[in-house]
Amino acid sequence: MHSYDYWLILAFFAVVLIPAPFLGRFYYKVMEGQRTWLSPILGPVERGCYRVAGVDPQAEQSWQKYTLALLAFNLAGFLLLFAILLFQDYLPLNPQNLPGQEWTQAFNTAVSFMTNTNWQSYSGEATLSYLSQMVGLTVQNFVSAATGLAVLVALCRGIGRKSTKTLGNFWVDMTRATLYGLLPLCLLLALFLVWQGVPQTFAHYVNAVTMQGVDQVIPLGPAASQIAIKQLGTNGGGFFGVNSAHPFENPTAWSNLFEVASIILIPVALVFTFGHYVKDLRQSRAIIACMLALFLIGGATSLWAEYQPNPTLTNVAVEQTAPLEGKEARFGTTATVLWSVTTTAASNGSVNGMHDSLNPLSGMVAMINMMVGEVIFGGVGAGLYGMLLNVLIAVFLAGLMIGRTPEYLGKKLQAREVQLLVVTLLVMPVGVLVLGAIAASLPGPVAAVSNPGAHGFSQLLYAYTSASANNGSAFAGFGANTAFHNLMLGLGMLIGRFGYILPVLALAGSLAMKKTAPIGQNSFPTHGPLFVTLLTVTILLVGGLTFLPTLALGPIAEHLSLGF
Amino acid sequence: MMNMPATKAAVVKAPEQPKTAISALWRPALVQAFVKLDPRQLQRAPVMLVVELTAILTTVLCFIPDNAVPTFVAAQIALWLWFTVLFANFAEALAEGRGKARADSLKAGSEGLSARRKTANGSFQVVPATSLRKGDVVRVAAGEMIPGDGEVIEGIAAVNEAAITGESAPVIRESGGDRSAVTGNTRLVSDWLLVRITAHPGESTLDRMIALVEGAKRQKTPNEVALDILLIGLTLIFLLVVVTLQPFAHFANGSLPLVFLVALLVTLIPTTIGGLLSAIGIAGMDRLVRLNVIAKSGRAVEAAGDVHVLLLDKTGTITFGNRRCSAIYAAPGVTAKELAEGALFASLADDTAEGKSIVEYLRGLHPQPEPSAEVLTAVPFSAETRLSGVDYQGRVYRKGAVDSLLTFVGLKRADLAAPLSREIDKIAQSGGTPLLVCVDGKLLGVIHLKDVVKPGIRERFAELRKLGIRTVMVTGDNPLTAAAIAAEAGVDDVLAEATPEKKLARIRHEQNDGRLVAMCGDGANDAPALAQADVGMAMNDGTQAAREAANMVDLDSDPTKLLDVVQIGKELLVTRGALTTFSIANDVAKYFAILPALFASIYPQLGVLNIMHLSSPQSAILSAIVFNALIIVVLIPLALRGVRVQAVSAAALLRRNLLIYGLGGILVPFVGIKAIDMLLTALHLV
Repeated sequence: MHSYDYWLILAFFAVVLIPAPFLGRFYYKVMEGQRTWLSPILGPVERGCYRVAGVDPQAEQSWQKYTLALLAFNLAGFLLLFAILLFQDYLPLNPQNLPGQEWTQAFNTAVSFMTNTNWQSYSGEATLSYLSQMVGLTVQNFVSAATGLAVLVALCRGIGRKSTKTLGNFWVDMTRATLYGLLPLCLLLALFLVWQGVPQTFAHYVNAVTMQGVDQVIPLGPAASQIAIKQLGTNGGGFFGVNSAHPFENPTAWSNLFEVASIILIPVALVFTFGHYVKDLRQSRAIIACMLALFLIGGATSLWAEYQPNPTLTNVAVEQTAPLEGKEARFGTTATVLWSVTTTAASNGSVNGMHDSLNPLSGMVAMINMMVGEVIFGGVGAGLYGMLLNVLIAVFLAGLMIGRTPEYLGKKLQAREVQLLVVTLLVMPVGVLVLGAIAASLPGPVAAVSNPGAHGFSQLLYAYTSASANNGSAFAGFGANTAFHNLMLGLGMLIGRFGYILPVLALAGSLAMKKTAPIGQNSFPTHGPLFVTLLTVTILLVGGLTFLPTLALGPIAEHLSLGF
Repeated sequence: MMNMPATKAAVVKAPEQPKTAISALWRPALVQAFVKLDPRQLQRAPVMLVVELTAILTTVLCFIPDNAVPTFVAAQIALWLWFTVLFANFAEALAEGRGKARADSLKAGSEGLSARRKTANGSFQVVPATSLRKGDVVRVAAGEMIPGDGEVIEGIAAVNEAAITGESAPVIRESGGDRSAVTGNTRLVSDWLLVRITAHPGESTLDRMIALVEGAKRQKTPNEVALDILLIGLTLIFLLVVVTLQPFAHFANGSLPLVFLVALLVTLIPTTIGGLLSAIGIAGMDRLVRLNVIAKSGRAVEAAGDVHVLLLDKTGTITFGNRRCSAIYAAPGVTAKELAEGALFASLADDTAEGKSIVEYLRGLHPQPEPSAEVLTAVPFSAETRLSGVDYQGRVYRKGAVDSLLTFVGLKRADLAAPLSREIDKIAQSGGTPLLVCVDGKLLGVIHLKDVVKPGIRERFAELRKLGIRTVMVTGDNPLTAAAIAAEAGVDDVLAEATPEKKLARIRHEQNDGRLVAMCGDGANDAPALAQADVGMAMNDGTQAAREAANMVDLDSDPTKLLDVVQIGKELLVTRGALTTFSIANDVAKYFAILPALFASIYPQLGVLNIMHLSSPQSAILSAIVFNALIIVVLIPLALRGVRVQAVSAAALLRRNLLIYGLGGILVPFVGIKAIDMLLTALHLV
């Protein structure tokens, strides 16, 4: 590794960790309707939204009503997007006259963007009109991230409030999350990207003649605005097929730094938001510490794996550097590895290199990041509520050992809570193992795998992991655009999204109704190094015990058979 | 309010009966272990039911030849799977046996008991005790057994409750007041009683006690239910893990022997805690029963581990139930001899503990001739005068509380001589009770009565404080007195001038702040507070109202037991948590044993994961299964005894238990499985 590699890593952490506490406080204030410096500008817009929609911003909802509103909103969003994708050839802003998507692919895409997954079994520039990209996908990029944020604040309120039945108002939370939480940041990043050279235009694709005299079509479009939200909203769906490995999506080293940092900026900030909700920032620091620990373990392993000399070349007189196949050659191996770890740790899924070409171990780190449930920073809102589920599991497992009914921040964890936790524990095994096993045992779906042996298995495993974890990145060799995989992966995304959201909201409702026991000397300590260690080990243990056998058949076997 | 004889506080516990020793119990427990193989019984422990199903499956597979697995090995795996279930059953049976041995000896007396039930026309009819219903009235005479729990509605009698409490001295039971409750299977030693039965058959104190220690009837406690759900969830996850392995193996052009997959499943699911969960619960209740405390439900015992606040009556819990004379001070112009004589005479006829303590004190301090009891005219304490004393040789000796005696001699507080007034204030401030003594209207001086704090109680409270539990002393004393005793006993807070209403209000206040409250009481007016408290312990010699409102009854009527109950509640939870953590942590080593063995035929290079260097794939899998079964046996003593809970902060407790059961749980099986592997190989069993 060169010195600029270390500078990149340092700059990455600085860009994320320095503003996060302030941003976290800002999110708390806007989500609770407190006055901020943006209120004079956005306040009238917010109130206008409520008037138009007929929403009473003071009216609080029970967890059931909150959930129903969320489901209705997501269903409506899905149907709208599904329709746009199917019928884009009849709709405006389609200068290339691209045809409508085939229905299983449209279903897959609509589910994918509604669930904040952004799994793409298509190439944007080759299949989607500008309208589909902007009105269809970009809108879902915003609202799916806002949905995650809304679920998170509902859970925060559930933990922070006591003896109440209400969790806030879904419509208000969505409005505030979009208006204050996402739009201003996206505007900033989009402007920055335009400055760096990302296109933002409605013009036709450019026809050029290359120096070899070949005709070339250069795709353009309103890319900067979509890239901003795809990074900040942990969506990850590229405007162009190869995502941020495309020079129009990621033109410079600066755009690379800010795009990769944007992936986890909001998820990190939200951990501080949680601290404000429960009025104890020590909890935030403990959770951040655990996330950072897991991130660094994964990152270090990946970097180490990528910088290993290739054993098959050790007897040949060549100088070995890190392999560059599938890497973003302009920025180097470290930049690609940093991106791959970040994008899988957060449920983003955008890439600036090809994960299929990662060494087996760094590919495994990417999979583990997703398999633990996208809780290492994770998606906007989704990462932290997933992490809080792990916190509750750790508290329940070890909490009995202090001789009390397990409690988190004064809330007792009883049969109902454990029931809901168990449901969420089943999400990844069902999505990855069960759906994966079905795909692996049918001859048709298996044909999507492009490599033999353990690596082929990794491709399939990665696809189902990515879908269930709502990540969206892929091992590119996997031919996902078949009716079977479009539908099954769509199902995986739905399980992965709502398999968490529904129990989390029920949990929030159940916790909100409980009294809060005072925190004292005999309370379970949920901050400090001991708890951070416990939480980290719990996450690795739960994820590891579930997926170790499967990983042994994929990346571990591949790693060992390569002779490393 | 509590008011009990001092002797009760120090009941000598009957030595543990030999039949509850493990040596006598293991034989019947072994038989029970097989009886409990019945799936209908096993469904209470879902994890073990899964193990039994896999044992059946593996047994069947033994008869289907498989090239990959020699029948010899498959048979051994099947055998050890059966052992796993049997060991778990054995643990439960052993725990049950201990509790039941005691319950049976109690119940023995009730077999074939009959009762004289009052009929509608007022006559009495002999019926079997089992036919008695709530509300029936029975007559019990001397020498007979009381047929069921009830309340005395007429009569007074001495009752021997040794069968329940282990204490041989009979106690008085009478209608009205705070001593009206009687317990079934206790014997009347004098007189007769008319008793209204207050429990249906099967719901008596004794029946409750038995139900707590019987696996099949036991109600699971809330924490146990929650833990059960988690264990089922983990079982389900591992089932998915194992079931999907076969298609994945097929994808890699391999196949995994079914027997090995079954073995993997059983070693992964939390069998250790799943097998011992019930035994832990029963053993916890058994510890409670051996303390002579009967909980009406396991829920209350668990809640005891959670309490934040203990409301403890001063009298009988923190101090010995009586005040003792510790000093006397003469009024100005009165000689010591005069005062000693006056105080002695005024107390000679006083039968209360306080009175006796004055006499004792003066006899030691100032020996003097005493008139015999016959020549004294005793004037007992009355509610009107609030004084007591004697009339002797025409002289009027009286003693009493300051206000009452001043009224009696016609003085005002301000009229008192300054030195005497100062002394009185000093006594009151120190938490004592000043009693004034007079003879023929002349003030002689003041007696200092002092509450004696029980030895060791201060240390107990300090321990509780470390566990984060606050103690609140409840007393009828004035705030000044209360504060002084509180300081001496080291309680955290005081509820002075307590009335039942104030007590109830205090409990509600604590609960509104999210705290769990435990208290004990015995009087009828304690009933609302006992019912409101999260853990309410009634004294066995208290009223029926209190016993019904409480969720625990202490048969020895010793309020300090509440502290032991808290300890047991905590131990119960810690034991469960420790074994859960241990059970899950074990899986790491099991993976390292089984995965390389399982995939040996598909990816031989995965052999590097065999970090224990187990001799062969078959040996690795068998060793893991054997370890998984034996660890249950090894942990039975811990499950029955419970993990000790030290008086340290939650963080320290967590650190210690995580190190022992978490880290230990990861490391131990590496050693254990390797050792078993070496043994199996040496014995040529694989």
